[in-house]
Amino acid sequence: MNIRRYALGAACVLALAAPAFADTNVTILHVNEVAAAKTLWDKIAADYNAAHPGVKVQFKYLENEAFKAKLPTMLQSDDRPDLFYSWAGGVMQAQDKAGLLKDVTADLADVESNMSATAVNAFKVDGKAVGVPFEMGEVAFYYNKKLFAQASVNANDIKSWDDFLGAVKKLKAAGITPLVVGAGEKWPMHFYYAYLVVRIGGDGALADAKANKDGGFKSATFVEAGKRLHELAALDPFQPGYLSTSHAQSAGVFGDGKAAMDLMGPWLLGMQAPNSASGKGLAEDDIGILSFPTVPGGKGKATDTMGGVNGFLVSKSAPAAAIDFLKFFSQDKYAKEAAATGAYIPVVKGAESAITDPLQRRLASDLAASTYHQNYLDQDLGPSVGRVINDISVAVAAGQMSPEAAAAAIQEAAEQQ
Amino acid sequence: MSTVEAAHSEPARRMPANGWAVVVIFLPPALLLFTVFVALPMAEAAWYSFYNWNGYGRPDRFIGLKNYGYVFENPAFARALINNGLVIAVSLLIQLPLALAVAMAVARRVTWAVWFRTIFFLPYVLADVGAGLIWRYMFDGDYGLAASIAAGLGQQPVYLLASKDWAFTGVLIVIVWKYFGFYMMLYVAGLQGVDKSLLEAAEIDGAGPWQRFRHITLPQLGPMIRLSIFFSVVGSLQLFDFVVPLTGGGPFGSTNTVVSFLYYFGITRMRVGFGSAVGVLLFLICVIFAIVYRRLFMRDD
Repeated sequence: MNIRRYALGAACVLALAAPAFADTNVTILHVNEVAAAKTLWDKIAADYNAAHPGVKVQFKYLENEAFKAKLPTMLQSDDRPDLFYSWAGGVMQAQDKAGLLKDVTADLADVESNMSATAVNAFKVDGKAVGVPFEMGEVAFYYNKKLFAQASVNANDIKSWDDFLGAVKKLKAAGITPLVVGAGEKWPMHFYYAYLVVRIGGDGALADAKANKDGGFKSATFVEAGKRLHELAALDPFQPGYLSTSHAQSAGVFGDGKAAMDLMGPWLLGMQAPNSASGKGLAEDDIGILSFPTVPGGKGKATDTMGGVNGFLVSKSAPAAAIDFLKFFSQDKYAKEAAATGAYIPVVKGAESAITDPLQRRLASDLAASTYHQNYLDQDLGPSVGRVINDISVAVAAGQMSPEAAAAAIQEAAEQQ
Repeated sequence: MSTVEAAHSEPARRMPANGWAVVVIFLPPALLLFTVFVALPMAEAAWYSFYNWNGYGRPDRFIGLKNYGYVFENPAFARALINNGLVIAVSLLIQLPLALAVAMAVARRVTWAVWFRTIFFLPYVLADVGAGLIWRYMFDGDYGLAASIAAGLGQQPVYLLASKDWAFTGVLIVIVWKYFGFYMMLYVAGLQGVDKSLLEAAEIDGAGPWQRFRHITLPQLGPMIRLSIFFSVVGSLQLFDFVVPLTGGGPFGSTNTVVSFLYYFGITRMRVGFGSAVGVLLFLICVIFAIVYRRLFMRDD
C-alpha cells in the first residue's frame, strides 16, 4: 500500500520533471518597434515551438537606448540572451574581442550562401561569422510630390549635388521648407555627413581613415564632406527649431506636408502617419524616393548606398537549438512574408520579389544593384567615435564648428579609443 | 548644543552592558550593505577611471590619469560645470527666496492657504521624466504653449530649446518650477516652529512686519535655511532626470549637467573609464562641499 503510494508519487514527480529536463529556452533580445516585424517574429517563434516540442523560443523587447546600455552587462552575466539584435560594426567587434560571441561560420554557411553577400560580410569578424543578417536598408531622400510640383522641381533632374542645392533654393523661394531633420537626436544629421563621405571618398574612404592613411579622419575626404554639408546648411534649408526636433517629431513634420524632403531610412514610411498632427500623414502615392546626389569630383558612384544592416548575433553560451532556430528563421518563406507585409527588406536572395509596396521595391532594387554598401558610420565605427560623428555633423551644419575642426575631432576620438 | 556639552562634561561614559550586543547584531548588516552597495562601487569606479575600457571583458589597458586629462580637455565638461554653477546660483538667488516668500504667505492655518500649499507642492511630486516631457511640449514652437503665445502676440514662434544660448534658461525655469514647492514646505514646517510669543512681544514693542521678519522669523528659520541650501546644492550637482527628456544635453552640449555629461559622454559612448573619471570628480566635488559646508555653517544644527 505504502510502496504503491510512493511509487505513484515518484511517477508523478517524474512525469512533471521530465519535460523540464528536456526544455531548452532560447531567448532573443531585440529593439524592433515595427509592428509588422514583431507580429511576424512572434509567429515564426510559435511555428518553431510547435514543430520542436521541448524547445521554447521567445522574443523579448527592450527600448533602443535601454538595450544599448544594458547589453554589455547582460552579456557578461548568466542572464545573457542566446541571440540578440545587432547593427554589426564596431560594437559587434568589441563583443567578439571580449569573447562573448560564438563562431557559427560552419553551422550557417548553407543559410548564408542564399543571402546578400554584403549583409553576410557585415556579420563577419576577421572572416568568421558571428551572426546572421535578416534586413538591409537604404537611406534616401523621401520627397513630397505635391510640394515638388508646387515649386516646379522635377525629382528626375536631381542627379548631382549642385542639382540638389538648386532644388533646395527653388523650394525655399516657393516658401516651402526644403528639408526636415530631427537634429535634436543628432544621428539623423549624420546621414548627410556619412553620405557625403561615401560620395566624395568612395568605397575605400572609411577603410583608409581607419587605417590612418592620409591623416586618418583628418583626410581631405572628411574635411570636404564637412564643407559640402556646411554649404547646404548655409541655405537655411531645415525646419525652424531643427536643433531640438526629435526624430519622431521630424517624421510628423514630413507627414504633415510641412517640409519637402527627409533623408531617412525605410522606417519613415511607417512613422510619418502616426506622428503627424492629423494622424493620417501623406498618402503613399504622394511620396517619392530620391537617391543621394553625386558630388562633382567625388570617387563614389551614384549606385553606392548607405544604410543599416541588421541581424542576430549568437552569444557564446547559446544552445544548439538557438542556431537551429536561426536556420528556421532565415527560411525563404519567412523572408518573403517580411517583404510582403512591409516589415522590412529581407536579405534572402529573391525574397524582394514579394515586396508589394512600390517605395520599398525601389529601395530593394537599389540595394540589389548596390556597388558598395556602407553601414551607418555611427554603427560601423562603434559608439565612441560614432557619437562624435553625430555631434560634429550637427555642429558643422549649424556653423558651430569648422569642417577642419570637425575632422580633427573625429580623429582625436579614434586615437583615444 | 546642550547635549553636546553634556557628553563632554560626563567623563568616560561607559557603554551599557547590552551595548556591545547591539553593535554586534546591528552593525554587520549595515556595514555589509554599505560596503557592497556604496564603498565597493566607488572603489571600482576609481579603479576603472585609470583604464581605457569599453565595458566588455576585463579592463586591461591601463592609461594612468589620461581619462582625467580627456575630461578636462572636453569643452562640454567645462560647460557642464558652468551649468551646475548656474543651477546653484538660481537655486540660491531665486528659488529659495521665492520659496520663503510663498511659505510666509501660505503658512497660515486657513483653508485657502492649505490649498495653495498643495498646488505649489504638486510639481515636486511629479516624476522628473514626466516633468521634462511636459515642459518639452510647453516650449515647443510648433504645437506647444510657446507656439500659442507667439501666435497670440502675432510673433514668429520661438524655439527656446533649439537655441544654444537660451536652452539652459528653459532648464532653469523647469528647475525652479519643480523644486520650489519642496523648499516652501520645508519653510512652512520651520515657520510653525517659530515662537509666537516672541512675535507678539515684538509687536507690542512697536516692531514693524519687516523688523519682525528680519530679526525674529529669519534667525529662527536659520537651521531650516542652512539645510535647504545644503539640499539644493547637492541636488543641483546630481541633476540629471529631466535634462534627458527636455534637451538631451543639446544643442551642442550646452545644457549638460555634470551627470548628464557623464551619461552622454561616458555611458552611451561605452567609455567606462572616462565616465568613471567624471564620476570620481563629481564625488570629490560633493564630498568637499559637504564637509566644508557642514564645518562652516551647520556646526550648530
